[in-house]
Amino acid sequence: MTIGSLPPRYRISIDPVRCMECERCIENCSYGVFRRDGDRILVNSRNCTACHRCIACCPRDAISLEEHPCDYRSHPLWTREAREAIYNQARTGKIILAGMGNALDYPVIFDRLVLDACQVTNPSLDPLREPIELRTHIGKKPTRLDLRRREGGDVELQTPLTPNLQVETPIMVGHMSYGAISLNAQVAMARAVTKAGTFMGTGEGGLHSALYPYQDHMIVQVASGRFGVNIDYLERGAAIEIKVGQGAKPGIGGHLPGEKVCADISRTRMIPPGSDAISPAPHHDIYSIEDLAQLVRALKEATEWKKPVFVKIAAVHNAAAIAAGIARSPADAVVIDGFRGGTGAAPRVFRDHVGIPIEAAVASVDKKLREQGIRNEISVIASGGIRGSADVAKAIALGADAVYIGTAALVAMGCRVCGNCYRGLCPWGIATQRPDLVQRLNPDAASEQVANLIHAWTLELAELLGAAGINSIESLRGNRDRLRGYMLDESLMQVLDVRQVGA
Amino acid sequence: MDRKRRTMDGSGIRQALSMMNERGSGEGAGYVAYGIYPDYRDCYALHVFFDNIRENKKVVDATLEQWGTIEHDEAIPTYDQPNLRAVHTPWRYFFKPDPSLALPGSATPEDEIVSALVMRVNAARCGALIVSSGKNLGVFKAGGWPEDVADFYRIEDYEGYTWLAHNRYPTNTPGWWGGAHPFNLLGWSVVHNGEITSYGTNRRYIESFGYTCTMFTDTEVVAYLIDLLMRRHGLDVDLAVRALAPPFWEEIDRMPEAEQEWNRALRLTYASAMMNGPFAIVAADADTMVGFTDRSKLRPMVVGECADRLYISSEEAAIRAMEPRVESITMPAAGEPVIGRVAP
Amino acid sequence: MSTVAKRVVIDGKGVHYTPLNQQIRKAVKDGAEEIVISNVLGQRFIGDGLRGNATIHVYGVPGGDLAIFMSGPTIIVHGNAEHAPGNTMDAGKVVIHGNAGDAVAHSMRGGKVFVRGDIGYRGGIHMKQYEAQCPILVVGGSAQTFLGEYMAGGLLIVLGLNGPVRARDIGSGIHGGEIVIRGDVDAACLATGARKVPLADEDRRRIAPVIREFAGDFGLDPEPLVNAEYTRIIPASARPFVGKYTWE
Repeated sequence: MTIGSLPPRYRISIDPVRCMECERCIENCSYGVFRRDGDRILVNSRNCTACHRCIACCPRDAISLEEHPCDYRSHPLWTREAREAIYNQARTGKIILAGMGNALDYPVIFDRLVLDACQVTNPSLDPLREPIELRTHIGKKPTRLDLRRREGGDVELQTPLTPNLQVETPIMVGHMSYGAISLNAQVAMARAVTKAGTFMGTGEGGLHSALYPYQDHMIVQVASGRFGVNIDYLERGAAIEIKVGQGAKPGIGGHLPGEKVCADISRTRMIPPGSDAISPAPHHDIYSIEDLAQLVRALKEATEWKKPVFVKIAAVHNAAAIAAGIARSPADAVVIDGFRGGTGAAPRVFRDHVGIPIEAAVASVDKKLREQGIRNEISVIASGGIRGSADVAKAIALGADAVYIGTAALVAMGCRVCGNCYRGLCPWGIATQRPDLVQRLNPDAASEQVANLIHAWTLELAELLGAAGINSIESLRGNRDRLRGYMLDESLMQVLDVRQVGA
Repeated sequence: MDRKRRTMDGSGIRQALSMMNERGSGEGAGYVAYGIYPDYRDCYALHVFFDNIRENKKVVDATLEQWGTIEHDEAIPTYDQPNLRAVHTPWRYFFKPDPSLALPGSATPEDEIVSALVMRVNAARCGALIVSSGKNLGVFKAGGWPEDVADFYRIEDYEGYTWLAHNRYPTNTPGWWGGAHPFNLLGWSVVHNGEITSYGTNRRYIESFGYTCTMFTDTEVVAYLIDLLMRRHGLDVDLAVRALAPPFWEEIDRMPEAEQEWNRALRLTYASAMMNGPFAIVAADADTMVGFTDRSKLRPMVVGECADRLYISSEEAAIRAMEPRVESITMPAAGEPVIGRVAP
Repeated sequence: MSTVAKRVVIDGKGVHYTPLNQQIRKAVKDGAEEIVISNVLGQRFIGDGLRGNATIHVYGVPGGDLAIFMSGPTIIVHGNAEHAPGNTMDAGKVVIHGNAGDAVAHSMRGGKVFVRGDIGYRGGIHMKQYEAQCPILVVGGSAQTFLGEYMAGGLLIVLGLNGPVRARDIGSGIHGGEIVIRGDVDAACLATGARKVPLADEDRRRIAPVIREFAGDFGLDPEPLVNAEYTRIIPASARPFVGKYTWE
């Protein structure tokens, strides 16, 4: 034995006094933690992922979970994660894949920004009585309008407007493909966004026919693998999104392992069952900014210039200049996905170390676009680590038009952020294709939960706006005067263009 | 405003403004009058505050001479007031820019030059602040109570057909002369009651069009927004006001299709120009006076009319103090502009 | 534009691609079976997202992304084509009586692209098949490096009629479909994930109709081509990257 077994991450214990041996834990745990042995339920904690399914299902609160029951000698540099990665790679010689978003302990800039409220010099508004407008339009706007007066005074609009997406609240659901998540999860979110008057992304997994009823609220994605992309798909979407990169793994592609490509997924992605669905790192028809503009035009031309086209990039160091280039194409929106963005699976080294925080990326993108006088040319959608309405408000104040949420919507459906999405055993029926697990997620209930979440955040946003004396979301957009930095260093505050608390 | 361009001296508006001293704090007041420089009607009248006449004036002289001709310049006559500390020397230039020096293709080359000079001088912080830059008009403002400011400049010596006046209760920059209203750029002058909660958005928007905000206070952007929308983008005054204080979406949604289309376009295009928060604003240029409030009507506005004269004020009392025979008094609806135009 | 018995002629001289495609769409909608576009020079996206089964003759040099997202029609180019003809094409056929640029048939899912001359780099990249849909790219001349990269399905034939095939790094990351090249291919020209196998008789029977159709389209004698020596290149695995990763 050279390395030997590592300490278990979690310890599950069952209180024998409380347990009534109903076996719900055995039925519900897809990782095989529980089994019956005679008149007892035995536990194998090593299989536990802290998904909490057993705890949520136990009618007697008999199960408890403890993290790191046996820890390593503590050391600030040689953390548990650092040591275990070495053991893993020493054994396998391979790249480590991991789930969910960035797991390193970087400071969260959102949590060091505080919002403003009115006192005396201007009145706060009460959203209960006064209109607070959250409606947002995603798309290109003219820089100026040619409005002519006819005789008699009627106004005539001479400037043609390009199609915009009208979003009733600036909260959209980002792209999570069928394959990465289950169809029930997609259907639940699709119903929720339809109800909320907002939109969600299909991800690069095609559009399953079960989602056709909600297609007016779906943004269809065209990624480097072109899975599920044909003219029918492009025409069904309310908008089209070219995915160039993803915050969880900037600069690399992705693949859905063949074992997840079941018959239904193969049909939706238009690939043979059981084969890896490989999305190359770049689009092989995009090797420069002019090629991107060409793909934008190709998509617009295919849909007769009726659909807004978005371009999603990972937040990388040069995001602002890239966004300015995208703004010069016919693209209608740029989605900036910060380094905390979630994923089903990404190489850990990318997930944790590549890219920049969304707060800094949005601030620099908005600033660059304004400096160049092209802010109206493109809408900015912020994504990657949006946890609540405060993050939404702060992202908009930093310059975003709207946000995409991802993990938050999954959490609304029961996800516990255990980070084992890649294993395909999600006991909550979200990140799995196993029929018995998928059917655990009731689309009716789950859609209500997601809709509730969007509704609640929308209410909170209205309250925050009202308190700031603002009755329309466009007056918050890029309004960094209503933010202050708390314990942020001066150079970062310059990037964010905010002053510090008290200033 | 007198729609027939019959002039009034400044004593009337001085008296009107003093009716509302309860609204001020004695730290800033100002006036603008249109039609006061008929002898130099074709020149841009630049009112400048110098910190130090010896050091700072030659810089401005040199800059102006580079870009055109100074037809005449002189100190603006002032009269010491016991309650007003003169921290600046007010000066006026009558300036003719050389249109051949503007960037080619400009529809208003002289305006472009003057507006760029205003931005440059004010941003340079070289001890000189250009507080008004239009033709045949001038801004007279200072830190103090309205009567003291009026007497400091003896505004009763000026004859104008449109007057705006403002009494300030500052929170951002008390006492700073540059922060007093009216704010002016070229022909348009603005006075404002309230606080603009969208200032951060508006400032970033207007700066992307080459304006520089230098006065440390929110009202400044209104003057630049009006200049952008009307002079540079060619909107008429109704449409400009509609861009700054647009109807709510629910109102737009109920409009007939054609009207809905252009209102929607206006809101989308000028989303970042839209002003939020409580405000009552009166703006004027040589031919127009317009008053409007925020979309929720959070600040007061009263309109009076008497024959050819239009009065807009925060309080009826001020109007009656200036014109006891006023014929009608109305209160305009939120976001709805009250527009007066002088006869051509 | 003139219409004679379901034949429509369009003068493409100086016409931007959007109005040009609008004219094509309208002609298809009005029932045209044959559309002739003359004086084409650089217009991209001809036939973009077009449905139906019309035949479109393009005289001149069309711009990039010819027949992108196309689903049904046939486009015959009497001249060269630029980059990526047949990009993400769903069904239909593109016949090019000249050379074509890089990324020919990129991500093509169905239909055929026939190029009489040479093609550039990354030909047939990420072609993929599904159920009855099987994309076919046949190149008469040579292909350049990274041929059939990421290929996930379909059939790619290079005939090398203009001399030896120059492609290296063939089939990098290939995980479906097959690449068939006339003559022998040096093993050093194969990329990771690709392996070469002899062309079996059943394979020859399978590709023979495709070669005959190609020969017919370009007036070539089919039988010498059908009976020639070929190298067949196929994926080493349907999961080319499976050994690269471990889980956290």
